[in-house]
Amino acid sequence: MANKTLTHLQRLEAESIHIMREVVAETENPVMLYSVGKDSAVMLHLAKKAFYPSPPPFPLLHVDTTWKFQEMYKLRDKAAKDAGMELLVYQNPEAQERGINPFDHGSLHTDMWKTEGLKQALDKYGFDAAFGGARRDEEKARAKERVFSFRSANHRWDPKNQRAELWNIYNARKAKGESVRVFPISNWTELDIWQYIHLEGIEIVPLYMSAMRPTVVRDGLTIMVDDDRFPLNGEEPVMRSVRFRTLGCYPLTGAVESEATTLPEIIQEMLLTTTSERQGRAIDHDQAASMEKKKQEGYF
Amino acid sequence: MTTPDPIYKTDALIAENIDQYLETHQHKTMLRFITCGSVDDGKSTLIGRLLYDSKMIFEDQLATLEADSKRSGTQGEEIDFALLVDGLAAEREQGITIDVAYRFFATEKRKFIVADTPGHEQYTRNMVTGASTADLAVILIDARKGILTQTRRHSYLVKLLGIRHVVLAVNKMDLVDYDQDTFDTIVSDYRTFADSIGIEEFTAIPISGFKGDNITAPSDNTAWYKGTALLPHLETVSVEDSLEQAEPFRMPVQWVNRPNLDFRGFAGLIASGTVRPGDEVRVLPSGKTSTIAKIVTFDGDRDIAVAGESVTLTLADEIDCSRGQVIVASKSPLEVADQFETTLVWMDEQELVPGRAYWMKIGTQTVSATVQEPKYEVNVNTQEHLASKTLDLNAIGIANITTDREIPFAAYKESRDLGGFILIDKISNQTVAAGMIHFSLRRAQNVHWQATDLGRDHHASMKHQKATVLWLTGLSGSGKSTIANIVEKKLARMNRHTFLLDGDNVRHGLNKDLGFTEADRVENIRRVGEVAKLMTDAGLIVITAFISPFRSERDMVRSMMQPGEFVEVFVDTPLEVAESRDVKGLYAKARAGELKNFTGIDSPYEHPEAPDMHIDTTILSPEEAADAIIARLIP
Repeated sequence: MANKTLTHLQRLEAESIHIMREVVAETENPVMLYSVGKDSAVMLHLAKKAFYPSPPPFPLLHVDTTWKFQEMYKLRDKAAKDAGMELLVYQNPEAQERGINPFDHGSLHTDMWKTEGLKQALDKYGFDAAFGGARRDEEKARAKERVFSFRSANHRWDPKNQRAELWNIYNARKAKGESVRVFPISNWTELDIWQYIHLEGIEIVPLYMSAMRPTVVRDGLTIMVDDDRFPLNGEEPVMRSVRFRTLGCYPLTGAVESEATTLPEIIQEMLLTTTSERQGRAIDHDQAASMEKKKQEGYF
Repeated sequence: MTTPDPIYKTDALIAENIDQYLETHQHKTMLRFITCGSVDDGKSTLIGRLLYDSKMIFEDQLATLEADSKRSGTQGEEIDFALLVDGLAAEREQGITIDVAYRFFATEKRKFIVADTPGHEQYTRNMVTGASTADLAVILIDARKGILTQTRRHSYLVKLLGIRHVVLAVNKMDLVDYDQDTFDTIVSDYRTFADSIGIEEFTAIPISGFKGDNITAPSDNTAWYKGTALLPHLETVSVEDSLEQAEPFRMPVQWVNRPNLDFRGFAGLIASGTVRPGDEVRVLPSGKTSTIAKIVTFDGDRDIAVAGESVTLTLADEIDCSRGQVIVASKSPLEVADQFETTLVWMDEQELVPGRAYWMKIGTQTVSATVQEPKYEVNVNTQEHLASKTLDLNAIGIANITTDREIPFAAYKESRDLGGFILIDKISNQTVAAGMIHFSLRRAQNVHWQATDLGRDHHASMKHQKATVLWLTGLSGSGKSTIANIVEKKLARMNRHTFLLDGDNVRHGLNKDLGFTEADRVENIRRVGEVAKLMTDAGLIVITAFISPFRSERDMVRSMMQPGEFVEVFVDTPLEVAESRDVKGLYAKARAGELKNFTGIDSPYEHPEAPDMHIDTTILSPEEAADAIIARLIP
């Protein structure tokens, strides 16, 4: 009898693949939300594994805010092409028209481009299941999140009406018009993600690695000046050796000063560092403990 | 406060040789465990302590924690670890359902997933959910209190869910001066109880979550304790890979992968055993055999795959195999049956309705299943057996289940993957119960269907008609009986052979033992369905007039008949209209409270979503309605 002890990454991989296959078997029109970050990269890689030799039998959806880093757009198009998957890009036309941007509109920026944009995109294409890359270790409020999270026909998350999840049996049944958000990497931690990227050689946005980049410091956040839409109020961008621990809209994403240019160095820094991952995101500072509210409104 | 043990201080290696560190960490195993105990037992403190000692808390979180500890902590100037995980209290007040919160931490050897089940209310439902995926349970006891009712409840659920490893953590040892006699007495008491419920082995550890004794390293305060500390124990307990792999091969098929005409792969998560190309396999329930051609993965074809891995298999022969079927080692197949004795844990506000059809999801297959009246309910605190006709939220009971087709399965105690199931309400789609199969009742093997020489087609063709069930559903006073009566008379004039089953009449005989509770209404319709089915076998056109208020029962009757044979006719009369007619004076009685469970008043009517015919009685007269029905039946 061959005895093989599965490692934690092999267990996590098998579980995520199992979840993705259940969704494809039990829902009519699934989609994978793809945000180009490291979690999305791992999720996409797992999808390729789950359905090989077929390409993943669903499209990728990027709910775009038009304010992502240039390097993210580059990798997004390449990753979809490499996976043989259709890439849908959705930009909320109303946000477009009103010129909603992170400099002038604060939390409205996230609300309109991301929360509203996501709802509009799901409605437009009639998706009844959407994979998201959220993890339970990201913060206290997510620790109790289900793998399958049900939404009413108008995308409301009803925290009082979520289903118990037992063993590895997922109940994906829902009424017409209802949809489900599925989080296949719920049980992965930040360290698991980085280890897996390292082990599997998954391509990630170079912004995760340190390089000399033009930056300004605002409200304690080191912001990269990624294009000429950045309104400089007499500030002079300074070249700094920085990298990003999470990626979002560039004006809202804080960089950390770092010399880590390789994956092992990043992991090394992460392990020795003393601040938690979401610190670099302006969204959390804006409304602390508001994740619950955002979720109810339809944001992930 | 005890400082974290040096074995968790890996900074040196991380700083000096990150590649070596990564290499080591890629070979970590994973352990899922559940902590059982209430807040008073120091559960949150223990979990917070584990996160802290394994360095899963960052500086910013720690700063917040220290500030919070000073402001609202219960431990004076010291850090209150409970605050790290207690964020759920506020949410509970808002009424948010929290089954389980999952926490993560890792040491040099293992990654851990902790299922933390907060609160007293809903405890059974929460703990069963958390325990369903756990390899190990930490049962917390307050050293000052010893074994309590809740200890017995936790232990019973741990045993019920089949968790193999049990740790009895006798907590708050600091508050009993680390007294060995106190510890020994508790362990001895627990052993007696554990024996009585069939927990054969457990590891008892004296700890203080607050002070940190015996958490990461043996404590000097309990020099009399010769065993390992909690974390080292969690790090070394067997994760059962070898046990799982020694079982025969079983893989429920999740998805059939067909990228092109030349490839047909069966994707699934291997439930037990190992598989290699060339192995002889059998597909259940069909029983067809073949051999494994290839084990296909993204990383290339494999020579072997083992329990716990998600793979895609191809077979040497083109045999039928689809989602829900199970591929097994050909020499040790699974049992196949359609009736089972089970333990059910009820998880929904709506109680069990015996006789109602629910979806049952087991492995990757979903079938229709009916639950019989429970044999008994188990008092989760005392393990006493109680008589019960149903199961309420959080109740645990033993009940037989009948599925609408044969399914491959294993007893739960042999396989969680093939013996654990959920029940889903067909209307609300909620997960209403968790279940565990004990054994099959072998009804199907012992009572064979008697094939008769003259079949149902023969009966119908002799009468020159097609057997049909015209199922009229609607409120009391909607005009069902009137319309049904006219339909039957008209059909008789057309020389059709008919039979009218009327709700009121049937209750005088066949169903005179039934009342009007939800459960009795379900049984009423089930019996009428069975009678109607026999009559269609005899080739008759059956006309029924029953309120039949529940969608799931109407669907159940539909599923008993041949496709196309069941015609659902919705006799649609608004409640105000039916009530104003009140032919039998029943609405008045119901309004006066003299009649309980009256449909439309204090019992719901679930109108058909897509009836085969919709009769609006505010537009059509009974005569016109009957003509419309006959026009549909005999074009």
